[in-house]
Amino acid sequence: MTHQYPALTTEQKKELQEIAQRIVAPGKGILAADESTGSMAKRLNPIGVENTEENRRRYRQLLFTADQRIDSCIGGVIFFHETLYQKSDDGVCFAKLIKDRDIVVGIKVDKGVVPLAGTNGETTTQGLDGLSERCAQYKKDGADFAKWRCVLKISETTPSQLAILENANVLARYASICQQNGIVPIVEPEILPDGDHDLKRCQYVTEKVLAAVYKALSDHHVYLEGTLLKPNMVTPGHSCPTKFSSEEIAMATVTALRRTVPPAVTGVTFLSGGQSEEEASVNLNSINTCPLTKPWALTFSYGRALQASALNAWKGDLNKEKAGTEEFIKRAQANGLAALGKYKSSGSAGAAAQSLYVANHAY
Amino acid sequence: MTHQFPALSPEQKKELSDIAQRIVAPGKGILAADESTGTMAKRLQKINVENTEENRRCFREILFSSDPSIANSIGGVIFFHETLYQKSDSGKLFPQVIKEKGIVVGIKVDKGTAGLNGTDGETTTQGLDGLSERCAQYKKDGCDFAKWRCVLKISDGCPSALAIAENANVLARYASICQQNGLVPIVEPEILPDGNHDLQRSQYVTEKVLAAVYKALNDHHVYLEGTLLKPNMVTAGHSCTKKYTPQDVALATVTTLRRTVPAAVPGICFLSGGQSEEEASLNLNAINQVPLHRPWKLTFSYGRALQASALAAWVGKDANKKAAQDAFFTRAKINGLASKGEYKPATPASQAAMQSLYTASYVY
Repeated sequence: MTHQYPALTTEQKKELQEIAQRIVAPGKGILAADESTGSMAKRLNPIGVENTEENRRRYRQLLFTADQRIDSCIGGVIFFHETLYQKSDDGVCFAKLIKDRDIVVGIKVDKGVVPLAGTNGETTTQGLDGLSERCAQYKKDGADFAKWRCVLKISETTPSQLAILENANVLARYASICQQNGIVPIVEPEILPDGDHDLKRCQYVTEKVLAAVYKALSDHHVYLEGTLLKPNMVTPGHSCPTKFSSEEIAMATVTALRRTVPPAVTGVTFLSGGQSEEEASVNLNSINTCPLTKPWALTFSYGRALQASALNAWKGDLNKEKAGTEEFIKRAQANGLAALGKYKSSGSAGAAAQSLYVANHAY
Repeated sequence: MTHQFPALSPEQKKELSDIAQRIVAPGKGILAADESTGTMAKRLQKINVENTEENRRCFREILFSSDPSIANSIGGVIFFHETLYQKSDSGKLFPQVIKEKGIVVGIKVDKGTAGLNGTDGETTTQGLDGLSERCAQYKKDGCDFAKWRCVLKISDGCPSALAIAENANVLARYASICQQNGLVPIVEPEILPDGNHDLQRSQYVTEKVLAAVYKALNDHHVYLEGTLLKPNMVTAGHSCTKKYTPQDVALATVTTLRRTVPAAVPGICFLSGGQSEEEASLNLNAINQVPLHRPWKLTFSYGRALQASALAAWVGKDANKKAAQDAFFTRAKINGLASKGEYKPATPASQAAMQSLYTASYVY
């Protein structure tokens, strides 16, 4: 506590910070293409596609071979382990394909959630065993950043103090190990949108969770400039009867972040959770036009919100691959603009939207 | 933990936020005139002036009766309890004199340090008993902000985990109570510059202390937009053999703050510690020129660094009052400029040298 044993050299810090800055360069965000095999089943089944390794490969190829239009809006791609070692039809490793376009390659490194005994169905996330060696290998294989997802939920009794503490701690351990191996850790403490709680409740819980996360990162000597945060936006629960505008969501989200995320953090890349593609873009845009000082990049790390239309257009059909790719490119561009606060949704009110921001002391 | 029981109404939050913004308005900082009777003894003894209530009143009168344009550089004044109820030569209560200049009135509310048993001479700070009632009274008597000083030190075994946790906690309790009574709490976790530790060590300790402070403030549901921070700058220990430039100090300081102080905090008002008047101004100026994004105001809350020359000019003599006042006014103006990074010191050579001395931030 009183002495310092530097965790990283100056060069290591420089490398980490530069990687982080490249990922969230202005107008860029992340394509979260790291759906596990199990999650891919949930994506492919609804469009009538069999969840085979080849189909997963063909689908990711559809995304990764999008033309140069995505180079200005995609700063990083998160891979699942299997995908990192798959190849395109031309025999090029997907990792190389992405890296050669100057898009940073990332890898999901957690091994899923496990229950916390004695809690109301809460979890922590496993994957620390041998993580250092795995990170070293991933770095050799082209990855420069990693992702680890923790999950919390809101109910009458949750998140409990244990859930908050344990998840914050495991995120900090993961982050510390990544940095030792030249990998920028994306720290993801997702608070699920399930429930009927209102916006204020979500904001309160998000503030408590993020405060704990950053205390843990400090305790574990993590170099903040070489990290990214992947939080939920602050939104009401899915079954909340009250409706909130995207400006209210933006103000609650930015306020929560301003109270907890140190300015040294290079970027905040929101998860889309259960939001529709358009919702996710509109909310990100409102976040970026929120009239409060925002010292970090505020951008996207979207899975479903970048891929839903692409999947629907493709439906596994060889002849519809281009159509699928086009849908992906459209959403990538929309979110690139949203990350700059320049997205004009077809339904937005423009000038009217500005007046809907409620002063932040109401939050 | 899972439910929210709002500590403050939106109106209370707005009031606190507005007060904080006024204190750290662009180009303004704080005059820390809250020296206790014991501390005033040290100041007055140096200029051979007897430490009487009248002499203390007299000196504060010199400061407070400055030309109203002092309000361009001074956003707030911290009072000691005795001074809050003293009057100017014209018979007006001092808080009123200050308020009429458009400057916010603050009050020191802690009751000094107390030993932490089982530590290497470390302390916490007392003063929580009846604090809410005292704050309510101070608010009625014209105060809109308060100050509470905690002290930590750097040595081989310090600061200990207990010292960090205990001081962070007591600061958070104090802050919470202040806000309930409409007072903006200035949170002061001072890490003393005594010792031979280098800049890096000071930075490391300051980062740990501030991380603990903001975790505690969050745990205690303190409204950050209605607070101010009064930290030490990150400097090497007094007896450190290595010398550092204002740019080194500035970069280490701003890096530390960026890693620990949420953007919601409206302002950071540095204490001057043992720095000379000029040193304190140069460092503050360099801090405001650091090429990193600084989302809070970075200004001063100086005691000695605003008053040393004034005391030396006065030496207790009526005839010297104007000279003393001018000395104070000069320092106030300089620090006002420094808080905007616009202070151009007398020696032009030092200014040119300043620019090139910033080392890239990743070294820190």
